[in-house]
Parts: sequence; C-alpha cells; structure tokens
Amino acid sequence: MIQFFEIYVAKLPEWWPEMLAAAGSTLLLTGYAFGIAIVFGLCLALAKLSRNRVLSRAATLYVELMRGIPTLVVLFIIYFAIVPLGITLSALVAGALGLGIHAAAYVAEIFRSGIETIHRGQREAALAVGMTPRQTLRYIVLPQATAIMLPPLINMLVIVLKDTSICSLISAPEIMLRAKDLASTYFRPMHLYVLAGAMYFAMAWPLSLMARGWARRLGRGRHGA
Amino acid sequence: MFAAVLLGGAVVSVWIMLGAFSVAVVVGLFMALVASTRNRPLRFLVTCYVEVFRNVPALTQLFIIYFGLAQIGLRLQPIPAAIIGLGLGGGALLTEVFRAGIEALHHGQREAALAVGMTPLMAVRHIILPQAWRIVLPPLGNYSMSLLKETSVASAIAAPEIMFYARQLVTRTFETPLIYSMTAFLYLAMCLPIGRLVARLERGSRSWQ
Amino acid sequence: MSATSPPGAAAPRATPAVSRQGDAAVVTIEDLYKNFGSLEVLKGIDLAIAWGEKVAIIGPSGSGKSTLLRCVNYLEVPTRGHIYLEGELFGERLVDGRHVRMSERELASQRKHIGMIFQSFYLWPHLTARENVAIAPEKVFGLPRKAALELADTMLAKVHLAEKRDAFPERLSGGQQQRVAIARALAQEPKVILFDEPTSALDPELVGEVLKVIEELAAEGRSMMLVTHEIRFAQNVADRVVFIDHGVIVEQGPPAEVIRRPSHERTRSFLSQLLQDG
Ligand SMILES: Nc1ncnc2c1ncn2[C@@H]1O[C@H](COP(=O)(O)OP(=O)(O)OP(=O)(O)O)[C@@H](O)[C@H]1O
Ligand SMILES: [Mg+2]
Repeated sequence: MIQFFEIYVAKLPEWWPEMLAAAGSTLLLTGYAFGIAIVFGLCLALAKLSRNRVLSRAATLYVELMRGIPTLVVLFIIYFAIVPLGITLSALVAGALGLGIHAAAYVAEIFRSGIETIHRGQREAALAVGMTPRQTLRYIVLPQATAIMLPPLINMLVIVLKDTSICSLISAPEIMLRAKDLASTYFRPMHLYVLAGAMYFAMAWPLSLMARGWARRLGRGRHGA
Repeated sequence: MFAAVLLGGAVVSVWIMLGAFSVAVVVGLFMALVASTRNRPLRFLVTCYVEVFRNVPALTQLFIIYFGLAQIGLRLQPIPAAIIGLGLGGGALLTEVFRAGIEALHHGQREAALAVGMTPLMAVRHIILPQAWRIVLPPLGNYSMSLLKETSVASAIAAPEIMFYARQLVTRTFETPLIYSMTAFLYLAMCLPIGRLVARLERGSRSWQ
Repeated sequence: MSATSPPGAAAPRATPAVSRQGDAAVVTIEDLYKNFGSLEVLKGIDLAIAWGEKVAIIGPSGSGKSTLLRCVNYLEVPTRGHIYLEGELFGERLVDGRHVRMSERELASQRKHIGMIFQSFYLWPHLTARENVAIAPEKVFGLPRKAALELADTMLAKVHLAEKRDAFPERLSGGQQQRVAIARALAQEPKVILFDEPTSALDPELVGEVLKVIEELAAEGRSMMLVTHEIRFAQNVADRVVFIDHGVIVEQGPPAEVIRRPSHERTRSFLSQLLQDG
C-alpha cells in the first residue's frame, strides 16, 4: 500500500504537467459542449412548445431519437461517418459538437418542464398588460424558471464533464487519452487511472454539491411560503 | 450480413446490461439500507461511495477495474469487468433512488396501518411496498435505459458488444456511415420500447398521486 | 393625448371618462360566438359598454362569463364575431374587406389599453408588489425605470398598499394580492378594466377591502366590465346588469330592474338560488 503511494511521490512531477494540460482541454471541451447544449437545447424547447405543429413535432422527434442513442455512437457518427461527406473536424471540435447536440436533447427537456411549471395564468396576466409573447418569456417565465432549472442544469453539466472522457476514444487530447498514453509508457495503469478519476472528481464534486444545495434551498422556499 | 454481426453484439450488450443492473440493484439496496441505520461511520462510508462513483466517469471506472486491477495482479475478463464497473457506478445512483423510497415510508404510514389493525408484515406488504414501488419504479426504468446506452463504453475495454463489433466492421470494410447508422438504429430499437414503458409507468404513478 | 402615449406622461387622470373620443362606446362586442371544440360556450353576444359605464355580468357557473371577458382582450380568440375598442377593430385588421388576425406584437399593443383582474390574481411571484406594478409601464409603455417605479408607488397608494410595496406576493394576504393586481391594471391607464370574479378566491373577511377599492375606482368614472357573484355589490356599483345563461344574454337593464324585478324565469331562479346560498 505504502509502495503504491511512493510511486506517486516519485512519478507525479513527471505526470502532473501533462495531466494538468489535459485537464485544461477537458474543461474547454466541457465548456464548449455545454454551451452548445444550452443554446441548442433552448431552441429545441421553444420549438417543442411552439404552436407550429411541424416545428414541435420535429423537436420532439429529435429529443426522442437522441435519448435513444448512446453518446459514444453520436460521437463516432460525427467524427468518422461525416468524413466521407467532405467535412473534417478536429477531434476536439467533433467531441464538443457531439456531446453538445446530444446533451441538448436533455437540456431541452429541462427547459420545457421548467417553463411549463410556470402557471398559465401568469403568462396570461403578462399578455393582458400588453406584453408580447417574447417579453412574457423574458420578464415573467424565464426569471422564475431559471431558479427551478438550475439544479438539473448543473447536474447536466456534471454529466457532460464526465462524458468528455469518451472523447478519448476519438483521440481528443483530454484527461483519459493522456492517462492512457502515460499508462502505456510507464506501465502504471492503476496509478494513472486513479489519478484521472481523482481529477474528474475534483472538478465534478463541487458542482454536484452546488446543485444539491440549490435544490434544497428551493425546496425550503416552497414550503416556507 | 453487418446486421447479423451487430445483432450478435447486441446480445452481449443486453447481457452486460442485465448483469450490471443486478449488481446495481443489489449494491444500491444494500447501501440504502446501511444508510438508513443510525451507525454514523457506516453512513459516512456509504456517502463516500456514492459521491466518488457519481462524480467519476464510467470510462475511468472501467479502466481502473480492467487495466488497473491487472497491474496489481487481478486480471478480469472484459465482460465481467464491464458488469462490475457499470454495476458499481449504477449502484451509487440507485443508493440515492432507494434511499428516497425508504424515506418516503417514514411518514406515519406504518403507524396508520398498524392503527387500523394490520400486522407489521401486512403493513409492509399492503401499504409500504406498493408506495415505495411507485416511487422507485420510474427512476429504475430510466436507469435501465441509460445503462443500456452506457454499455457502449465497454467497447473501450474490448467487451464484444455492439460498439465493439461496429468498430471492428468499420476498420475491415470502411463502410463507416452505414455501419454507425445501423448501430444507432439498433440502440434506438432497444431503447425506445424501454422509454415507452418508463413513460407509461410514470404516467400511471402520477395519476395515482 | 394619442392612443399610444404612455401612462404617466401626463398626470394620472382623475376621470378618464372626460377624454372620450366622439360618442363611440369604449368596448363593443358584436355577434360574438366562441366554441371549444364541439362545446358552444358563447352563442351570439352583442353588448356595448359606454364610456364611464360600469356593467355587471352575472350568471350561473359555466354560462360563459369568463370566456366573454377573455374574448374581449383576445386571450381567447372568438370563433365568430368582432370586438371593437373605441370603435376600432380589436385583435384583427381588415385586409381587402376580410378580417385577418393580428400578429402577437400588434395584439400586445392593443391589449395594453385594457386592464384585466383575474379571479386568482396571478401576480408574478418573482417580483415585489412594486415591481409587479411597474414592469408593464417600463417594458410595455417604455417609461424610464425610475418613472415606472414612481407610477407604481402612486398606484399602490391608490389601493391603500403603499407600505407593502417591497413585499413579495407570497408574503401578502389574498386581499392584498388582489389589490396589487388592481394597481397593476391601473398602471396601464386602461380605457376599460375587466374584472373576473375578483373576490371569489378570497376568504370572506378579505372581500370587503377589495370591493371598497373597486367602488372607489367606479366613483372615478372608469369604464368597467365586472363579472361577480356579489349581487348586492353589483346593485350598488353597476349602471347596468347583464344576466347571461348558456352563452346568451337573457336580460339586461338597470340593477333595480334586473335584480329587484327580473322579468325572466331563468333570472329569477338564478337570483333566488344565489340569495339563498349567500
Ligand atoms: N379553454 C377551454 N377549453 C375547453 N373548455 C373551456 C375552456 N374554457 C372554458 N371552457 C368551458 O366553457 C364553459 C364556460 O366557461 P366559463 O369559464 O366562461 O364559465 P363561467 O361563466 O365563467 O363560470 P364560473 O362562474 O364557474 O367562472 C364551461 O363549460 C367550461 O368548461
Ligand atoms: Mg368564470
């Protein structure tokens, strides 16, 4: 056991800079993917709630499809299967795109249910004072829905962060790819994968705690009313 | 011809899913029960387990179990490694699900059942289990669906499931778009029925509330 | 003062009735039908509300009173028939002699001239009382924020809630919430106010404070359509009482006539039932 840690003491100075740089890529990947998921997810949610039948059907279909396909498959389709169409993407871009459009389906559901929890009467009251539907969304619905949606959105962020690990399978230079490289160079898979796990944990855990704290506060606010 | 190969993989995917699901249910139930005791150190250990496994990617967990354990002399086959790895991750999720189920039972329901003259066993059978079941069922259904999709990650440790064969076929035939769309379709065909079922169960339990 | 100038641009008018334009009624309802699927809720309503007139609408539950009010500001789109505000077509425009629905944006710019009070208040819970009242003047009418907040303070004072301006709706009683909702409608400087059973959701001891505020508004000469089950109140405040049953106007006239000496059997039985229950 002690021997196990001694290896970290000896090797960490060599591993750390590379792993740290990889963690940077992981965060970047997470940021871009989540950004895409938020923007695209909001569009999907609005399309789904819109009165235009075609639009809402298409959005619903997209969400259903994406929820039935593994992230990894979406990633492979974007990275490998699109190449013959003449589009080549770097692994990082393909990774962000794949994770983003996949997560968007889940984000859309979070937005939709958040928007739907705002009572219809509140929207009508806004229309009655002369707000346009867009103003109603902006000033009445979204400010309230945001508070409700925040915990599930943060949880989604954690999921995206964890999912970036599979981008190593399309050779995006993030934590798991670097850990794999180093593991085969140093023949220390246990050490490197535990290190990788610890790094993910260090990034994901605070977010999880935040989501839970926020959800608890929301719950208390409700009951206190 | 491709389809036959992929279907062979699908059988393995389903086996991995069923195996991991069983592991997750057993571990989750056990941990949830431990967490409902008064023993503080034990509860702390359960919390550690849940937090660690919930905040580390499945791929990392699989690599630790498959490649990492081999380094210290414990060599697992890919399929058992996938079942254990995914199962332990799912166990952390289900610990929270079951804990919510157990907590919902503490609302005087048992006392009320005893008060109308039921035996404790009858209370469990007629009052507590039916309610806990409805609370736990929808998340269990959702979990089974996401688990099925997660088995695709097991291809990274060479477990011969759908994704593994898909990647093999691609390197042999270069029919990349065709094979990956067939793969996507195959997962869809397996997931959608589960999703429908989950939605129906959810609707059922909501109308009851 | 043009129809689109923001409220508060001039000092709040004490008697909006003075600024009547021509002799047109403020609201005209013409041949109004409304179906929900196969359910016919309104079956040919014709009604004109004169400037400064207070019209009370009574009728059994499910007779279509709320639907009628909601059609007036196009929260429900009529199946047939038209609404006019100050003689101008509401919610629709004429294109080559045909009626075409307006865009939501155009509709919003017409709706801002009609105030509406809902049975369950529908204050926005994420805004304080003051912000609830100020948001339409600011975002819809384009007043500077400071002016909008000042206007809100004035309106809250009018409903006797100046001291509650920083409270969130969940900290207010039902009666206070409804009064904030009235202030919110007043801040629009509406040409007409629609009340849909403003006191039905209130505990009995809170009804009085809301009715008192509405009475004060009535005394200012505002135009109102008021759906209510408070017969005595209707009698005191309204210039005209309209009895609706099964989607048609059964009878209407001065309160003294309709309520004291109803000429239709249906009105009579409705009123006697209401008086028994109350
Ligand atoms: N959006 C809707 N969809 C379908 N049916 C509706 C809708 N709104 C109202 N209705 C129906 O129309 C009828 C009239 O409803 P409305 O709310 O106008 O009655 P009301 O006279 O206001 O009754 P109450 O005194 O109970 O408020 C009712 O049968 C109601 O169920
Ligand atoms: Mg009504």
